[in-house]
Amino acid sequence: MKIDHSQPLEYSTHKNEMNILGFWIFLGAEIMLFATLFTSYFIYENRFGNGPSGAEIFEITPVLIETVVLLTSSFTIGLAINAMRLNRPKAMLWFLGITLLLGATFLSVEIYEFVHYYHVGATLQTSAFTGILLTTLGTHGAHVTFGLFWGIAIFLQVKKHGLNPETANKSFNYSLYWHFLDVMWIFIFSFIYLKGMM
Amino acid sequence: MEFFERFAIPHPDPMIYASMVAIVLVSIAIVAGLTYFKKWGYLWNEWLTTTDHKRIGIMYLISALVMLFRGGADAVMMRLQLSSPEMEFLNAQHYNEVFTTHGVVMIFFMAMPFVIGLMNYVVPLQIGARDVAFPRLNALSFWLFFAGAMLFNISFVIGGSPDAGWTNYFPLASNEFSQSVGVNYYMWALQISGIGTLMTGINFVVTIFKMRAPGMKLMKMPMFTWSALITNVIIVFAFPVLTVALLMGTFDRQFGTSFFATGNGGMDMYWANLFWVWGHPEVYILILPAFGIYSEIISTFSQRNLYGYKSMVASMVLISLLSFFVWVHHFFTMGQGALTNSIFSITTMAIAIPTGIKIFNWLLTMWKGKIRFTVPMLYSVAFIPLFTVGGVTGVMLAMASADYQYHNTMFLVAHFHNTIIPGVVYAMLAGLTYWWPKMFGFILNERIGKWAFWFNVVGFVLAFFPMYITGLDGQARRMYTYSESTGFTPLNMLSFVGAGLMAIAFILIAYNIFYSIKNSPRNVGDDPWNARSLEWATHNPVPEYNFAIEPEVNSSEAFWDHKKKKHTLFKGKIDKIHMPNNSGIPIIMAGILFVFGFSFVFSIWPAVIIAAIAFFACMMYSSFENDQGRYISADEVKETEEKFGGASK
Repeated sequence: MKIDHSQPLEYSTHKNEMNILGFWIFLGAEIMLFATLFTSYFIYENRFGNGPSGAEIFEITPVLIETVVLLTSSFTIGLAINAMRLNRPKAMLWFLGITLLLGATFLSVEIYEFVHYYHVGATLQTSAFTGILLTTLGTHGAHVTFGLFWGIAIFLQVKKHGLNPETANKSFNYSLYWHFLDVMWIFIFSFIYLKGMM
Repeated sequence: MEFFERFAIPHPDPMIYASMVAIVLVSIAIVAGLTYFKKWGYLWNEWLTTTDHKRIGIMYLISALVMLFRGGADAVMMRLQLSSPEMEFLNAQHYNEVFTTHGVVMIFFMAMPFVIGLMNYVVPLQIGARDVAFPRLNALSFWLFFAGAMLFNISFVIGGSPDAGWTNYFPLASNEFSQSVGVNYYMWALQISGIGTLMTGINFVVTIFKMRAPGMKLMKMPMFTWSALITNVIIVFAFPVLTVALLMGTFDRQFGTSFFATGNGGMDMYWANLFWVWGHPEVYILILPAFGIYSEIISTFSQRNLYGYKSMVASMVLISLLSFFVWVHHFFTMGQGALTNSIFSITTMAIAIPTGIKIFNWLLTMWKGKIRFTVPMLYSVAFIPLFTVGGVTGVMLAMASADYQYHNTMFLVAHFHNTIIPGVVYAMLAGLTYWWPKMFGFILNERIGKWAFWFNVVGFVLAFFPMYITGLDGQARRMYTYSESTGFTPLNMLSFVGAGLMAIAFILIAYNIFYSIKNSPRNVGDDPWNARSLEWATHNPVPEYNFAIEPEVNSSEAFWDHKKKKHTLFKGKIDKIHMPNNSGIPIIMAGILFVFGFSFVFSIWPAVIIAAIAFFACMMYSSFENDQGRYISADEVKETEEKFGGASK
């Protein structure tokens, strides 16, 4: 495998370049997936039948905690990649670890939020509105859950092998994924919660 | 016992019992045969775990051919049922199941794998690459498609087939009106194979962008590669919509949500919108590669370069963009108002313009060419007028106000078969015949091939042109019978005769494969058609590493330049070649997803959870596996090249 040292480690082989391009295209597909979910959400937004509307069930506190935690995690994964570029694997692992902890916090609060919805009688079956709300949030939450396991795998691999073209490449793609989840959350925060509470 | 009752078929029929017996017998025969001839190891090592794009392509093609016969059997059953009035061959429920599975099988499990199979085999060769960008992902794509196809095909013997049409409109597809698990099968079979297709899309876009031979600029790619690139971009953008639609449909049926219900805030026609936002681009996912294949074949057998290369590319890009803005024309009668209908009417008609450009380009390519009427060329020549008829009736359907007359009649059925059969199916048959020597080193018998061609064309015209007339007279699609007083009888009988002729054509094609394996001469050389693009610059059949030396390219017809203009394709010397390793992970993951899908269909939650965990465990295993591929040594390459008769030219 030819390694091009003029490039950052994650771009240093042809294989790596292809991985990153492929991952960007995958994120393009993911954007389509979430775009479809958002479109569906807007369609059903005011179709709550006999169930509650968004304004009736949304609670600002957990949502704000989730937002702050996830945005911070996006910052720390950026710091992790910065540390990787500076070839400081130990610092990188620290930032990656913090990211994962923040991700887990996000997920815990989201689970609390779901329990809350259940208690106020907003389940998948209540109405088309609650159905699409929980589907959209759930899809994002499932992505975060998947991201946590993936992050743990990368953490262990970097710990074991250090930084080489392969682990750097994986970490870089992982960071793209994590930023992407954050961007999707900003949309959820603005167009589902804020719009719903207004 | 109650647990097992759910697996029973809701509408039993002697034919279904016969199929059960046949499936069991064939499975036993395959297992016994493999064991007796000790072929399990060969099958596992050479095929099931392969990451070679050529072998994956061939497996796609075999699956597509098998599914062609399955969907074809459905078609003949439908035409037989309608051949005379008040026929009692199929009852209404069974007829519903047959037209549903016919549509799903033909689109998802015949046309898609046929297209993707040819792309798999040809695209890396046309761009001078040694494999696709992600070989293991490619294998996973194939096995996911295969798992989906198998899941769909067992529906009619375990639990019941889907019966709400291939478009699966709600509320007809809801639990209330479609009570068997059939539609659950639809959801999961399409979900699993759809994810495979999405990964193919990503894989080929990267392959085409990043793995072209030196000198091959984008505007120097062969036309089939161009069509593959555009197709895969459409796949990446269209398939996630299907993923969401299927997810919501599954939720409605299995978790009691009310997305597509009529009450509780639901909106039943939203399914139709989501389905066609994916579905119309899907039509172009099928037809654009077909256009690419025709471009290659018409240029080769007219012995002229493709007329209007740039306009060919531009028109495909234009079609791909427009394909996302026409979906409403599938339900003009839904009642979205005159303005919306007009907009979608205009965008739909606009697609005729780039398509028309392509038709003229093909005609001008043949103009003054030295045309050789081989089997692939015959299909291509028949395609042009037949497809134009299909296109013109498409513009008729695009007129929103007139569509109120055509909607859901046999006129529509005639129209889309008129585009799909001469468009996609003929292209697949032409492409298969054209690239057959590339895959196997011999040519399919031309005489039998021409017989099959004529049966196909005459059969097609007889089967589908009468439907235009009965459709305008008001024969509705998806009706299992009609009364004699309608006067539809003679034309429907004619359709049945046509369907029979097409069946003969496909049997002849299958026979031709067996005949040619036994009888065709093997020394056809590396370039039997006097072709133009890069895939013909290597040997027949292609060695595993494709090209011993990476070719260098200066035009879209590099091989033609090499033959006629003394362009040197292969500079440099033979070096060791890096190849991907085989892997059992893709087929295991697909097997797990099959179990997942099957358990989900029947709501067996423990099995669903176990399968899901196993699936992610496989991903984890893959992540930790250190697979650097392997090298074929320079000596080994030289040896292989000499066996093929001399080192590279």
